[in-house]
Amino acid sequence: MATDMEVTTVPQPRREQLTGWGRTAPSVAEVLRPRTRQEVAEAVAGAGARGVVARGLGRSYGDPAQNGGGRVLDLTSMDRILDVDLENGRAVVEPGVSLQQLMQAMLPFGYFVPVTPGTRYVTVGGAIACDIHGKSHHADGSFAQHVVSMDLLLADGSVRTLTPEAEPELFWATAGGMGLTGVVLQATLQMMPVETSRILVQTRRVANLDEAMEQMTATDADYRFSVASLDNLATGPALGRGWVESGNFATRDQLPPKLRATPLAFNPKPLATMPNVFPSGLLNKRTVRIMNEANFRRAPKAAHAHLATIGGFFHPLDAIHDWNRVYGAAGFLQYQFVVPFAATATLRRVVERVAVQGAPSFVTVLKRFGPASPGHLSFPTGGWTLTYDFPTGTPGLTGLLNWMDAQVLEAGGRLYLAKDSRMSAQDLAAMYPRLEAFRKVRAEVDPHGVFVSDQSRRLAL
Amino acid sequence: MKDSLGSVQSLLVLGGSSDIALAAARRLAQDRTKRIILAGRHADALEAGAEVLRGHGADVRTVPFDALDVESHEKTLGPLFEEGDIDVVLLAFGVLGDQAEGERDPLAAAKVVQTNYVGAVTSSLVAAEALKKQGHGSLVVISSVAAERARKANFIYGSSKAGLDAFAQGLGDSLVGTGVHVMVVRPSFVESKMTAGMAKGPMATTPEAVAEGIVDGLRRNAEMVWVPAQVRYAMSAVRHLPRPVFRKVAEKQG
Repeated sequence: MATDMEVTTVPQPRREQLTGWGRTAPSVAEVLRPRTRQEVAEAVAGAGARGVVARGLGRSYGDPAQNGGGRVLDLTSMDRILDVDLENGRAVVEPGVSLQQLMQAMLPFGYFVPVTPGTRYVTVGGAIACDIHGKSHHADGSFAQHVVSMDLLLADGSVRTLTPEAEPELFWATAGGMGLTGVVLQATLQMMPVETSRILVQTRRVANLDEAMEQMTATDADYRFSVASLDNLATGPALGRGWVESGNFATRDQLPPKLRATPLAFNPKPLATMPNVFPSGLLNKRTVRIMNEANFRRAPKAAHAHLATIGGFFHPLDAIHDWNRVYGAAGFLQYQFVVPFAATATLRRVVERVAVQGAPSFVTVLKRFGPASPGHLSFPTGGWTLTYDFPTGTPGLTGLLNWMDAQVLEAGGRLYLAKDSRMSAQDLAAMYPRLEAFRKVRAEVDPHGVFVSDQSRRLAL
Repeated sequence: MKDSLGSVQSLLVLGGSSDIALAAARRLAQDRTKRIILAGRHADALEAGAEVLRGHGADVRTVPFDALDVESHEKTLGPLFEEGDIDVVLLAFGVLGDQAEGERDPLAAAKVVQTNYVGAVTSSLVAAEALKKQGHGSLVVISSVAAERARKANFIYGSSKAGLDAFAQGLGDSLVGTGVHVMVVRPSFVESKMTAGMAKGPMATTPEAVAEGIVDGLRRNAEMVWVPAQVRYAMSAVRHLPRPVFRKVAEKQG
């Protein structure tokens, strides 16, 4: 009888040029694609003088998932859902499992991911490394707060099982630790029970920034999901005009009869793929102004309720694969910061300066954060968070962002490492008071600096 | 590391006491470049430049480097990359020489060419190898509009720049996909120590303008930068002039 022989081709490393989602600051690394724990361990052990870092689906905007002259482990092939506990709503997954995969697997059983950002195409490993957040942060916190346990491969090849109770220092250094403490080999997630796959959304136009803030402050407690989209070029009395969307997952009764038959249906279809032909500069002050006006007009003036799909409410840009190509070869950057609730003057000053300077932002989003997680380098903390997208060729952008850094720093706020591609090492240290504690943990578990990224070099993490 | 807007953290200058070199280093030090190595022949001038840069908050080292001593380049430059990543290598050394003297004394001409071309070839190759190991970095080569077409009045210097220019472009092509980017900078006549006392050429520029061009080129990952930008069009015209016409035009420039 012939034995079952599986011919496994060991993936060969190749030198590849890598960037983040912003397609800026490329570097070349040897990329390996391990599929098992053993292969990951070998890849880490074999890392040379320039070290190694893990990479997921590459949705960070800057340089945390690349490592010039070194090794990068693309873990997207380690994408098995290992076990599910349907009674308690837990899933045990490999690090390369995407949120898209998890949604597709678990929605039929009435479970959604505990936190979703603006794209489904992030891996669980990346979600932990960046301690991501979504429209629900004020209610549900960040991703790592829903990780029950995780297995971490350390620089010396040993594997530790981390829980917040048993290993708080290493757990919370790894959550938001940008992959610099080791490689997550698997994680157990607490999923969110849902009755349906639709969100009942209230959309309301707001005439300016103050109204946006008032609206969210007044109603956030009643909605699990809430966010404001702003026209970043509007000035004067219309400064910060836009619309607020607040929502909750719909109950079965809230579904119209025709949807009740398949209440948990989830079938997001990408509409198209963006071709790689766009000249840089297509998104500029003129074109973005036109888009902003159209979007503002489309939002209903009076509060308006409608049922949205998961894709439509949470992940509108996922409808177009590779939408980042619209920025052309020059790429773009995302700038996201948070300032304490009391710092509304700073917020207003920043919004005004950007609008007056006319730096065009494709998507400008304002949200209220709840309290911070214990992650040493975790970004969300109580306050207002604002996100801008800027084409890199925007005139005067360096000066504008340096000024914004100073404003944020002075107000006691910080920038988000998953979005950052240009902040200074000094500002990073000043914005994250627990950086020293993080470095201490890293020195303990990785004394020779095996886990390294372009970002960690740039920011002296 | 270079960031998404082209700011760099570390710089190695070959020819560290040239006016263009110092203007560029100063411009970068005012931004985020806080680790600088100035390499050159004149220790005092290098140290003076280093002091200025330290005033901008940069940590500056000076090291001896002789473009003519090609056999020393590997030894001298190699170790510099081991101390930490170098984001930009700026090749800013060059001698103008004296055209008349060069024509009379071939060995004087040889020195000009060996410095500007041969020394640049070896040091560029050493730098390129080191940058490839890093997986990232920019090599900025100061060429000249003279590289476009040699004139009777300066063909010894001009041809050395023409050689350097072609070499740098070819090197840039060979480095595609390695993470290393080569930027050739072609300034017109630059008012500097090197050209002191000479009649200004047309569309003359300054070391500071060249520095701005370099910073802007780094942000755009440009492969060819003209300073001033418009001189590109002037040279495009010059390139296509029939020989006798070109000779007359060149004559007028002196």
